[in-house]
Amino acid sequence: MGSAPTVTGECVQAPLQCLTPAGELAAPLPPGLDANRLVEIYRWMVRLRAFDSRALRLQRQGRLGTYAPYSGQEACQVCSVLPLQRTDWICPTYRDHGAMMVHGVPMANILRYWRGDEWGSHLPGVYTLPISIPIATQCLHAVGLAWAARLRGTGQVAVAYFGDGATSQGDFHEAMNFAGVFRLPVIFFCQNNLYAISVPLARQTAAPIVTKAAGYGVAALRVDGNDPIAVWAAVSQAAARARAGEGATLIEALTYRYGPHTTADDPTRYRSEDEVRQWQERDPITRLHRYLVHQGLWDAASEEALQEQVKAEVAAAVAEAESLHPAPTDIFDYVYGEAPWYIREQRREVLAEARVGEGGGHG
Amino acid sequence: MAKLTLVEAVRDGLAAEMRQDPRVIVLGEDVGVNGGVFRATDGLLAEFGPDRVIDTPLAESGIIGTAIGLAIGGMRPVAEIQFMDFIAPGHDQLVSHAARMRNRTRGALTVPLVIRTPSGGGIRPPEHHSDSTEAVYCHYPGIKVVIPSNPYDAKGLLIAAIRDDDPVLFMEPKRIYRAQRQEVPAEAYTVPLGKARVAREGNDCTLVSWGAMVDVCLEAAEQAEREHRWQAEVLDLRTLNPMDIDAVIASAEKTGRVAVVHEAPRQCGLGAEIAALIQERVFLYLQAPVVRVTGYDVPFPLASLEDVYLPNVRRVMAGIQKVMQF
Ligand SMILES: Cc1ncc(C[n+]2csc(CCOP(=O)(O)OP(=O)(O)O)c2C)c(N)n1
Repeated sequence: MGSAPTVTGECVQAPLQCLTPAGELAAPLPPGLDANRLVEIYRWMVRLRAFDSRALRLQRQGRLGTYAPYSGQEACQVCSVLPLQRTDWICPTYRDHGAMMVHGVPMANILRYWRGDEWGSHLPGVYTLPISIPIATQCLHAVGLAWAARLRGTGQVAVAYFGDGATSQGDFHEAMNFAGVFRLPVIFFCQNNLYAISVPLARQTAAPIVTKAAGYGVAALRVDGNDPIAVWAAVSQAAARARAGEGATLIEALTYRYGPHTTADDPTRYRSEDEVRQWQERDPITRLHRYLVHQGLWDAASEEALQEQVKAEVAAAVAEAESLHPAPTDIFDYVYGEAPWYIREQRREVLAEARVGEGGGHG
Repeated sequence: MAKLTLVEAVRDGLAAEMRQDPRVIVLGEDVGVNGGVFRATDGLLAEFGPDRVIDTPLAESGIIGTAIGLAIGGMRPVAEIQFMDFIAPGHDQLVSHAARMRNRTRGALTVPLVIRTPSGGGIRPPEHHSDSTEAVYCHYPGIKVVIPSNPYDAKGLLIAAIRDDDPVLFMEPKRIYRAQRQEVPAEAYTVPLGKARVAREGNDCTLVSWGAMVDVCLEAAEQAEREHRWQAEVLDLRTLNPMDIDAVIASAEKTGRVAVVHEAPRQCGLGAEIAALIQERVFLYLQAPVVRVTGYDVPFPLASLEDVYLPNVRRVMAGIQKVMQF
């Protein structure tokens, strides 16, 4: 067993691993991670996997729009959130709706969003920004949120989620620089899944992502992103550093998405089945399952009960999402606090047309 | 001649011009191995190799900024911005440098750069994938803006854009990427920039349009003829900057009744520009005020309300009715 992981100001090249693919501990359990917590992590990962596969099927049936799957990245999605407080901010991408659910966003919201309904991004009381589709832009928002937290003394931490591709964008570098200069309580959480759509990591950077922090005076750590315990350890320490006024941390989590980039993508064009299979052998859920069973914390009966529960939960969310529809006038009502004359005019036009429609169409 | 879709014609145009001009290179996100997310560059990597078909890092400012240097340095870069919405991070390079390099250097340096980008809505994609911000780029002096409405024009306009010595923003209406097949010559040919096309002749009113809205206008014109015996002329601008003022004026003079149809939001859109041009030049010929049929002044909605936003045949018909029955 290695020693307990620590986040330092230096770049740590070898990825931190606490739980091997065989489900054995490679480092002592980090403080705060007890049996209950481990089971909670496991339950969340199973729930997210079930959601993701259901969403993919819904998309294939035409019941969901284009969808970005995260299967394979559950350890990242779950364990980047569970060590946080409910009032900490997360700034997700289109692939981090798993993390959003863990942070308190109802499943039905996520489904509504991917059904093309803006109400899915209506998230009062949950400390998450809506997902960011433009790449890397949310890194700066996280820095701003962390800055506000510092200025207002709230003790909140902000987490920016992004992929390996995002590290090519100027916004990522600007965000790291601001965070370093102002020593802000922010966590840069990179899920390096080796591809930005079809473009491999080597086309994004000639140096490991983790090494980028040094140039900005930001601490950094590289973790096995399919190891829930390692991700949990890294994030909880980065959050503790942030709260202690020690500034930002970049976490590079090495992981893999099993599915396509989105449902509009054909991954067979740029990667091999063999590669996917190799990553499946490091699956985060199987890994923790093995450990829990070995420890006597989980068994076939609890698995069956969980699967049943999760199935019902996802089905209920699907039913809810499919029963809700935005009103046509919604497109006008939230552009400004008070709609300018031209929007009011256009809104009246749409309403009048809707009434004509109800009356059986015009002649 | 092969019958190609619009997106295939784009690919064909790139290949034809790359074959005859070794300075032409293609760069962007996913353009190589993947052949572009819409397959607009499919097969180019295999034919021209990795020095001419380049998957870049994910950075639009990087793509446009380096393409400016490549162009000044003697290459003919064709940069793909994956969706028009994502041109935003590259906006600074495009407007601060590409657009004004010729002017700043009094003609000593030019930027023969083409930026290709799928634009517009109608395919129910996720958020941030449906914008048509052509008016923004027409407002910046120094950039040409082109948008084809059919496969033949797509190839010819693209090759003309590559051969042009000024930066050209080449918008591809993705909604009609695969809407029709058309005979497209195999060789490299050009359709001149700055020239509109009369897509349908008519004497009663004019519909001025471009891109995916041309098909909608043609359909509305058919309906106007069927239902009212009104003959609507449909003018496809093809180049938005510089606009074919002669064609617009000639048609407005002929029919005296004009509706401009565009998918982009109305406020400060090109409809306003066209209406102003017409009233400044042929005011006394007008039988009715110029009408605009456009997208609404709201962010492009997500899929479930896309149809509320997009101008359709019914809305264009209402526009025709307005100018005809003024
Ligand atoms: C500014 C911008 N440019 C291009 C795109 C199109 N696009 C969407 S996702 C993506 C790849 C992102 O890769 P990465 O950051 O590694 O995240 P991943 O999807 O792998 O999680 C691209 C090019 C975009 N959304 N935003």
